[in-house]
Formats: sequence, structure tokens, C-alpha cells
Amino acid sequence: MSDSVAASLAEAPSYNFAYLDEQTKRMIRRAILKGIAIPGYQVPFASREMPMPYGWGTGGVQVTASVIGPDDVLKVIDQGADDTTNAVSIRAFFQKVARVAVTTETARATIIQTRHRIPEHPLTEGQVLVYQVPIPEPLRFLEPRETETRKMHALEEYGLMHVKLYEDIARHGHIATTYAYPVKVEGRYVMDPSPTPKFDNPKMHRSPALQLFGAGREKRIYAIPPYCDVVSLDFEDHPFKVQAFDKPCALCGAENVYLDEVILDDRGGHMFVCSDTDFCEKRRDAGHVGEMTEAAE
Amino acid sequence: MEFSTRSIDGGFAEPVIAAQGVFRALMEAMARPGTVHALPPLAAPPAPLTAEAGAVALTLCDHDTPVWLDPELQGSAEIRDWIGFHTGAPFAFTPAEAHFALVSRPGELIALENFAQGSQDYPDRSATIILQLDTLAAGAPLVLEGPGIETRARLAPAPLPRHLATQWRQNNARFPRGVDLVLTAPGAIACLPRTTRIVETEG
Repeated sequence: MSDSVAASLAEAPSYNFAYLDEQTKRMIRRAILKGIAIPGYQVPFASREMPMPYGWGTGGVQVTASVIGPDDVLKVIDQGADDTTNAVSIRAFFQKVARVAVTTETARATIIQTRHRIPEHPLTEGQVLVYQVPIPEPLRFLEPRETETRKMHALEEYGLMHVKLYEDIARHGHIATTYAYPVKVEGRYVMDPSPTPKFDNPKMHRSPALQLFGAGREKRIYAIPPYCDVVSLDFEDHPFKVQAFDKPCALCGAENVYLDEVILDDRGGHMFVCSDTDFCEKRRDAGHVGEMTEAAE
Repeated sequence: MEFSTRSIDGGFAEPVIAAQGVFRALMEAMARPGTVHALPPLAAPPAPLTAEAGAVALTLCDHDTPVWLDPELQGSAEIRDWIGFHTGAPFAFTPAEAHFALVSRPGELIALENFAQGSQDYPDRSATIILQLDTLAAGAPLVLEGPGIETRARLAPAPLPRHLATQWRQNNARFPRGVDLVLTAPGAIACLPRTTRIVETEG
């Protein structure tokens, strides 16, 4: 290869904007529009191989890549944290292939791609929350055949899901499902909110932000438009309840937020801290202290 | 075969960025029915296909999506060639086969029930109808409710398909089946997904 050819190849853009080719984006965009028009219905799409393994958020990445533009500000979280492997690598991916601005601040982001949390800071109109979904079908572990689950959605036949929740009560005395807690969207489709803790389910209800869900391996896209009714399934005598924590965050003292347990030593020492790292940092910057930070001062 | 240069000109100057921008306007419009989003003139199709409807077609249509044209658009070889050249989309012989419909004269549109409604199993296999309107703000006001709308939204599109309020109630009743409407007007775009209810019509 001559030097001039090599030089021009080096200068040539390596990827299309946001990695995906335009035909793929069109196909995904059509699926997103259909998903928005039929809230909670899983739209099949021709999921592509991505330069990361299934299970690393290929569905969310394809949705984000089809939505994102040069003016967007992207935030990526993994279990609420901006600084863990999955979040860092996906953020770096979009910096490389779309050269977009990135942020860790929830309020500044226009697109937030998430693996299994909804940020504590309330979302606003115009923001898009993109979920990475491993198993989009809420009925899959109850009925393995796609032909059957599709028929169940078509006929709005969700008795099996209530039996599952009832079996929880029969076995444990309460509904023991704590994550991927099934919801009903606009009174029609039962939907898997992805493995978010059920603590986050109420945040989906009438959220001003647009919520998009991408499942790469399972090849499904679904959506919840803003201000949409999202109701967690329950029973009259066993109403839906979110997790409660005994103590506030050990670093920032926040209450009514979702906490992660952090092991401190090998003698059983542990603390509970905000799962949402951006929220926790913002509170500490504003002077809030928790048990651990107080002790350190 | 005659192939006018007007069928080759008038695509997106920057296909990647333009398609992304148009899609975001469409996505916002579909997610928040009743909101009107600005759409700069990015495409220049042969008349009477408008810049806005042309831009939506360039953004969403390709060889996977049969397109149906209303009689006026169908009558123009230049428009058929333009869509064929820029999107590669095949033309649907009947509205029931179409994924997208382009309509230059909404007032003369055949009934919405003629278009693909999807099935109860696959409600996504339905048509999206792109209407070319004169205005989204100066027609008879519609009051809208439904997903994507906090309380109520207002839109005043004109001209509309005949008996739209009745047709739309029937479309709502078919949920999850049904068609979705993309309303385009000069410089602007709005959407009526099948979930939106027209609760009031004035005038």
C-alpha cells in the first residue's frame, strides 16, 4: 500500500456516526416509533451484532445509537454508578463513535442510558431514558414458548402473572419479587421494567421523560411515553410496597433513596450508601454528611 | 425510461445528521402528541410532495417498507422516481400492504380502516400515514388526551381527513391495532399515535 493511500485511509472516518449504518438506524427508529405508539408492547427488531458481548447492553446501545445526535449530552449509569465498567465502556464507545458530550450529572443529560436504575434526581421533559434489558418478556419464566406468550399479550391474559405473585405470598407471606417487578402500562400491556429494583417502579409512573427499552439478544424494543400510567401489579390485601431502609446513606445522609451495601472489612463491617453516585456526590458537595463522613471529620 | 433530474436532486445534503434530526422531531412528536416540532426544509422533493413529508419519507422508508401514495402523488412519475431513487422503497398496490402512506390531499383520503391495522399478536404491523396539511395551528382546534399528554393538549390541523373524529374513535377502539398519523405542515410536524383520544372538536 502506498503511503498516500495509507494516509488517506488513516484520515477517513472509521465508523458511521454513532457506529450503526443508516439502514439499521432506520429499522430501529421505526421500531421505536411503533413502541411509543403502543406503550408496553414489545416490538421485534433485527438486532445487530455490536462490538461488545450480549449482556453488556447491546440493546440499549443500539437504541441510543439510533436516537443520539451531535447536540446530545449523554450520561451512562450501571446500577446507579457512572464509574463502573459497563458505564465507562459504553460512555467511551459513544465518545469515540459519535463524539458526543458526556456528563455524569442527571440534570444536564439529554439521553441517559441505564443498566437497572432510574436516577434519584427527577427527570424532566425532553430527557430520554434508555434501559438495557436482558429478558424483555415478563411472562418468559412462566411460559417459555414465544407463541404462547404472544397470544397471552394479544388476549390480555395475565392471570399467570398474578398466580406467580400469589405464590410469593403463599410461600413468603408477602410479594417477594424485589426487582424486574411486573408493571401494567396504560391499563393494557404487562411489561418487564428490566431488572431495576422495585424501588424505582413508582418513578416510571407518569414520568415526564420518554422511556425506551432495548433488548439486544432477545431482539425487542419497547417504550413508555411521558405521562403514562405505569402500575405495579399487586393485590388489594397485599398492595405494592417499595423497599425501605433502616438507616440513611452513610456518606450523604440521604433518606428515601435506594442504597447499596458496601463491605468495609472482613469482620462484618458494612455500610449502606446511595446507589446513585451522582446524587450522592451532589449532596456531599452541598454539605450534607452521613454517619461515615461525620466520623471522618 | 425517462428519469428527470428532479427525481435525483432534492435528497438530504447531509443524510446522517439530517435523518437523525428529523427522527428526533418525529420521536418527540410521537411521544408528546399535540406538540408541534419545527422541521427545517431539509429535503426538496418534486411538488406536490412537500419538503416535510419528503423528509419524513427519507428518514423512515427503505427497501423494507412498501409505500402507498394517494392518487395525486401516484399520478406524478417524478415523485415515484424521487421516492424510488432516494429511499429504494417499493410501492404498495393496496393501502393494506403499505407500511407508510403519503397523502397530499388529506380531505380526499380513503377511510383509515383500509390501511394495515396490524394484528392482535403483532399490532406493530400497521401503517403510518403521513399527511400533508396546510397548517397545524390555524384549523379547527382538537383537544387531545392520552399517553404523552400531561393533562390536555391542543392542536388545530387543517385540512383533515373526512369525519376524522369518528374515524379516530374507531381507530382508538381497535387498540392495540390501529394506524398512527404523522401530520406535516410547512416547517412543522406533529403526530397522532393510536393511543391519543380526540376528546373535543370545536367548529
